[in-house]
Amino acid sequence: MALALMLSVLIGSNPVPPGQLWQAIAGGGSDEARYIVWSQRLPRTFAAVVVGIALAVSGALVQAYTRNPLADPGILGVNAGAALFVAIGVAFLGITTSTGYVWLACAGALVVTVVVYALAAPARGAADPLRLTLSGVAIGAVLSGLTTGISLTNPDAFDRMRGWNAGSLLERGFDVSLPVLPIIGIGLVLAAAVAPSLNSVALGADVARSQGVNVARTNALVVLSMTLLAGGATAIAGPIGFVGLMIPHIARWLLGVDQRRILAGSLVLGPVLVLLADVVGRVAIVPSEMPAGIVTAFVGAPVLIALVRRRKATAL
Amino acid sequence: MNESPVLVPGARRRAFDVRSAAVTAVLPVVIAALLVVALAVGEYPLTVLDVLGALMGTTDGLAPTVVLDWRLPRAAAAVAFGAALGVAGAIFQTVARNPLASPDVIGLAHGSFTGMIVALLFLGGSWPLLIGGSLLGGVVTALAVAVLTARDGFQSFRFIVIGIGVSAMLAAVNSWLLLRAELETALFAAAWGAGSLNTVSADTAWPAIVCIAVLLLAVPVVSRSMRQLELGDDVARSTGVSVGRVRIVLIGIAVALVSVVTAIAGPVAFIALSAPQIARRLVGSAGIPLVASALTGGMLLLGADIVAQHVIPLTVPVGVVTVVVGGGYLVWLLAREMRRAS
Repeated sequence: MALALMLSVLIGSNPVPPGQLWQAIAGGGSDEARYIVWSQRLPRTFAAVVVGIALAVSGALVQAYTRNPLADPGILGVNAGAALFVAIGVAFLGITTSTGYVWLACAGALVVTVVVYALAAPARGAADPLRLTLSGVAIGAVLSGLTTGISLTNPDAFDRMRGWNAGSLLERGFDVSLPVLPIIGIGLVLAAAVAPSLNSVALGADVARSQGVNVARTNALVVLSMTLLAGGATAIAGPIGFVGLMIPHIARWLLGVDQRRILAGSLVLGPVLVLLADVVGRVAIVPSEMPAGIVTAFVGAPVLIALVRRRKATAL
Repeated sequence: MNESPVLVPGARRRAFDVRSAAVTAVLPVVIAALLVVALAVGEYPLTVLDVLGALMGTTDGLAPTVVLDWRLPRAAAAVAFGAALGVAGAIFQTVARNPLASPDVIGLAHGSFTGMIVALLFLGGSWPLLIGGSLLGGVVTALAVAVLTARDGFQSFRFIVIGIGVSAMLAAVNSWLLLRAELETALFAAAWGAGSLNTVSADTAWPAIVCIAVLLLAVPVVSRSMRQLELGDDVARSTGVSVGRVRIVLIGIAVALVSVVTAIAGPVAFIALSAPQIARRLVGSAGIPLVASALTGGMLLLGADIVAQHVIPLTVPVGVVTVVVGGGYLVWLLAREMRRAS
């Protein structure tokens, strides 16, 4: 992770020599180096770390909770909700700033998850994970249809949405990532709080109940935490795929099946992946940049395929 | 096509047959009614009598041109494409024994789209090139998924995961290509990528419909083996089905069906995923009924295209409608089941 951090600060279209880096961080060095490091590299690296942590942890939560190894936060409609709100904001409210997207995306993610949860939960008791997945997929599909409809009939919105949809960390300054930080912080605290009961929940609601876990409360907390984390990450960078899907698998592979270990591993591995993806995106097709979301798909999909092919396909 | 429920256990078998027959009788009537609507409505409105007259060659004037040359190719394509997608979805879902296993999920749509964008951006983008690119993209994607999956036998889980992986990669390629394209080119590609019948004309529709009809003819031949695949590989094998070969033939047919549709109309979402499930509920069967899936798919796509053309004030691609309606149907279904449960 230290290596990934270093690379992220050092590499880009204006490379900074390692020697000047420390001077620049400490406030010395040339004006140019200081400008690049403080106003571009550090904010961007910070955003990548936050996004990586949030996506990976929410992925680990949703996989444990739905007992579905293929689940990622997007499956509960988070991305679709965020995208629809951003599209509406761009097309009808004329919002064009990254900061504006942040609040739209957050609001969209939250509203949609509440709807998905309400649809999946019976009058009393907790939402069944399978039903939750299904309603997430269904509502997500409806919303992305609406988003496509909006953006296809509004060229300006289309132009902005195709950039946002790729998932990029370009120009995500502190002004974009800091407001979201409390949201992600609360999400992480909740995740830490439910982590111990996740092992029981992963075995099924009945087993969990017999072990004295309050299943309804755990479910609600997991969904809330997952939404805050994934919604916050999407708000910062747009939908970056595969981090939430892949990292928990790698963590499980490295650290074993204990959900607490998987969560902790995801916490570290997520940022590494996003940082590396962002760095690769900066240098892959110089002089332009490839959005991090596209790089994660390119790295993530082959890893996922290799994992499934190499090991015996096991559900959680 | 004989829907004999070979070896399907359960007391509902007789009711199932009656209901199945009723459904397969009613759906064509609905489709015919929708067809008349599709042929009559438009900027040059026609009466039902005009439409029927034009179809039978008994009216003169502009009506025959409007009906036969302008509207019929698109409407017929909607029905045929919907049927093709419905059957392909039914095959995928039966073979993988998973209601999520649709061509959308395993990446065919994204692969075709990639082929189409590449043809559009780098090769100039005449229609034959676009169609060729999209066919090639779909088939190569299917082969890639098949090659990656084929190892120590077929596992449904692995098939779907690899499909999702390939699909996500291609989606990334697509959004990357669209991001780099000129806005107008990207808009055109995106409209096609959403699944649209706007560009369907007599030149493209009729050959595609013929292809689909030929492919659909092959389905009854394997449908009986397919029913037995539903019971699991071991049972199927014990009743003399060559499981591996049947599966390859079935998936080949499904891929071909989807590729033809996607080449002309783009990846029309949700029909292949939802039509078989809706058909199964209409018929009330345990397995996925092929004929009903085809009819349901045709009805859904034609209905969706009428909505996309005439009901919504803006002209949107039909894929937008199918996504919203298909997803909405799932939502409604879930809500209804929840009410019943609580």
